[in-house]
Amino acid sequence: MTADTPLRRFVADFLASPLAVIAGLGLLAIALTALFAGIIAPQNPYDLAQIDILDGSLTPGTEGFGGFTYWLGSDEQGRDMLSAMIYGLRISLMVSFIAVTSAVAVGMVLGLMAAARGGWVETLIMRIVDIQLSFPALLVALLLLASLGKGVDKVIIALILVQWAYFARTVRAAALVEIRKDYVTAARAAALPQWRILFGHVLPNVMPPVLVIATVQIANAIAIEASLSFLGVGVPITEPSLGLLIANGFDYLLSGRYWISFYPGVALLVTLVCINVVGDHVRDILNPRMQR
Amino acid sequence: MLAYLIRRLGQAFLVMAVMATIVFFGLFAVGNPVDLLINPEADLAEQEETIRRLGLDKPVHVQFGYFLAGLAQGDLGTSFVHNRPALELILSRLPATLELAFLGILIAVVLGIPLGMIAGLKPEAPYSKVIMAGSVVGFSTPNFWQGLMLIMLFAVFLGWLPAGGRGDTVDVLGIPVSFLTWDGLSHLILPALNVAIYKMSLVIRLTRAGTAEVALQDYVKYARARGLSPVRVVGVHILKNILIPVVTVLGLETGNVIAFAVVTETVFSWPGIGKLLIDSIGLLDRPVVVAYLMLTVFLFVMINLVVDIGYSLLDPRVRVKGGRS
Amino acid sequence: MNAPVLSVRDLVTQFDTRAGAITAVDGVSLEVGPGEVLGIVGESGSGKTITGFSIMGLIDKPGGIAGGEVLLKGQDLRKLSEPAMARLRGDRIAMIFQDPMMTLNPVLRIDTQMIETIRAHRDVSRSRARDMAAEALALVGIPSPVERLRTYPHEMSGGMRQRVVIAIALMLEPDLIIADEPTTALDVTIQSQILSEMQKLMAQRNTALIWITHDLTVVAGLAHRVAVMYAGRIVETGPVDALLDHPKHPYTRGLISSIPSSVPRGERLVPIKGMTPSLMNLPEGCAFAPRCPRASETCRKARPDRQDLATGRSLRCFHPLEEAS
Repeated sequence: MTADTPLRRFVADFLASPLAVIAGLGLLAIALTALFAGIIAPQNPYDLAQIDILDGSLTPGTEGFGGFTYWLGSDEQGRDMLSAMIYGLRISLMVSFIAVTSAVAVGMVLGLMAAARGGWVETLIMRIVDIQLSFPALLVALLLLASLGKGVDKVIIALILVQWAYFARTVRAAALVEIRKDYVTAARAAALPQWRILFGHVLPNVMPPVLVIATVQIANAIAIEASLSFLGVGVPITEPSLGLLIANGFDYLLSGRYWISFYPGVALLVTLVCINVVGDHVRDILNPRMQR
Repeated sequence: MLAYLIRRLGQAFLVMAVMATIVFFGLFAVGNPVDLLINPEADLAEQEETIRRLGLDKPVHVQFGYFLAGLAQGDLGTSFVHNRPALELILSRLPATLELAFLGILIAVVLGIPLGMIAGLKPEAPYSKVIMAGSVVGFSTPNFWQGLMLIMLFAVFLGWLPAGGRGDTVDVLGIPVSFLTWDGLSHLILPALNVAIYKMSLVIRLTRAGTAEVALQDYVKYARARGLSPVRVVGVHILKNILIPVVTVLGLETGNVIAFAVVTETVFSWPGIGKLLIDSIGLLDRPVVVAYLMLTVFLFVMINLVVDIGYSLLDPRVRVKGGRS
Repeated sequence: MNAPVLSVRDLVTQFDTRAGAITAVDGVSLEVGPGEVLGIVGESGSGKTITGFSIMGLIDKPGGIAGGEVLLKGQDLRKLSEPAMARLRGDRIAMIFQDPMMTLNPVLRIDTQMIETIRAHRDVSRSRARDMAAEALALVGIPSPVERLRTYPHEMSGGMRQRVVIAIALMLEPDLIIADEPTTALDVTIQSQILSEMQKLMAQRNTALIWITHDLTVVAGLAHRVAVMYAGRIVETGPVDALLDHPKHPYTRGLISSIPSSVPRGERLVPIKGMTPSLMNLPEGCAFAPRCPRASETCRKARPDRQDLATGRSLRCFHPLEEAS
């Protein structure tokens, strides 16, 4: 094992930026909070036995009738905002994570297919990609959901449909470069089956750009999901994401009950800033033009 | 150049046709607008009459045929809800959206380019770091929440500006505009700012990257070697070179601004096409949704064309070749 | 000889890097008189270009001039403020850059770039400036200069562009022109045309010229005096004929023996062994010692000081070559 593998250099470069490290740790904390929402959240906001309508619309830090302290206030139904946010964060992250990993899978298969097959297959796939990418993702997702209807599963489908194209384009471009390299020719000469060449040899080499884009797209997916839910075509009221929590608070904002919208938004913002800072930094490290 | 234009227009037409088909059939899956449109109290004959009038009694493919025939004549159908031609309805709302979009982009450019240039010229300075941090936050803030926060701060807590609506308008050439009256302007500022902040973050990033790259070019050093003032070097020699990518991206982003106006218009109850779209989706007003889509595709195609032309005006190297290389 | 136009004494230019300060120009002294052509010869990385930029006051951070004097007609340029220095650049000292493809701003027309230079230094009208620009183009042999003014750089050939740059340098009749490898990027035929025209113009106008190059053959035909640079220092200077016929520094001799035409046909070229040293880790003693056939223990321990010889030559070497070797 040599001391200077690409992975080690990558880790060292990453750790060189304190900002990126802080963002990365923040992201880890956010992910863990979402994962263990049931344990961490002070209350289960969807268990009707635990919420008290008498504790509705409390300002942050107020103690309720049951002696429960609402650190970030409560909503109209007496739901603890902090708990609702942690559960909402879980839904937001879950939706975008599932959507992006699926979009990566779909985009990768189609991108590899386009690069390996060429001809009309490539033309067809890339045409669809071009057309789709010329439209804003939010608008496409909005119209898709307008016909699919509400639901967590439907939001995920819409996100996959708007995001696969980014990955297909990236994978195809990177794969075309790889396919022309000597080791692929060598593998071909050794009569390895094509799928083994593509998945065993080409795919690992197209991963770095895919990972960079996936980071950015997770942030995008979270923002799009939140926007869709805000517009009333996203997740249903029974499974509120951060976006839907903010939308619910909209009605109370004008009467000064700001906390119902404010804190979920802060959580959303912090999550997105962390992802974008990490993503920016990873991209800078992997971009050969930026290397010192 | 002409062949290029024709090819582009052909592509655009194809895209519009495909989109129209997908959306038309897609919306059929949602539900029956009859349930929403017709007063349940109305007697059967009345209901029958409405269904026939809207053509909803015909099979799907026949309705699609009507739709295509109408499209060929520039008729995008009649809104079920408003009982007006869908296109006319959308066009009546379009000026509000365009005004919002253009003011937003204007703010983004006027503030974003100088800030991005500062950050690009002096990347290590503390104020540059502040600018870049601000742009990351602006880039990451969800647009609708940002709108809510603007309302919270300026309308609820400070009470300086109204929280929503369009306010007074003045007709200019028959088109109502807001920015000429104080009331209209006060209603316009927050939504426009909401559109601007995200775009501004984008402009700052692009400008900074461009400036940092252009500043290292020989022709910039040569401009200094000729004794030109820093204002001239930065304001002409650097600026003119970075404008090319910035204008390209911004032009392409104009479409996005109009699409994202859906969010801003909903937050600020701004009576543009985005708000109309959301309302129409909620009311299953199918012709309006389809018409919105057709118009948006049309706008996108036009914007792409305009950007290409603008590109060739800015970069003399492209102009000679007569197209993008 | 008349009083020198430019006199540089013990110039030191350093760049701060993470690994510490790098001395790119180390104690350079040189003089050029009116109408005189001084050739600065060296390999890439020898500090010859940095010397040119140091004289122009165009060293950017993290670099800076750490010591020495730069006197233009007796005035110390290092004591001037940046605006005062900018007034001087392009007017009293002009510079010609290496690559004509990169020197002129690609998005500005030739006339824009010429007129802005004139108007940065002379209080003349736009039309008068345009006339001056056309005259300058005619002077350097550009046909139909008035039409040429309206073109963009990319519409011209490399040789034509370099003529434009030369025209800009001559336009305001400077005291000194610094030309940094101005013909390296050009075809040989164009190169010789430009060389002979430059020579003629310099003599006519009594302008001092510093010609920076890696090519001794160019210097042989053009310069009156030569300075040979190695690793940031001038290792040998002298009148061109004496220096080329009887080099005293082993490095100078090495350079001459590397030129194909310097050895009789059929004999082998004698390249200099080894590589140009990195400025990051120069040897303790003479920088050339590791490559020098005559190096001794002394050379590896100490750096040779400058010795001024009677014949207008100077040298930095412990073991100079004898006359008539």
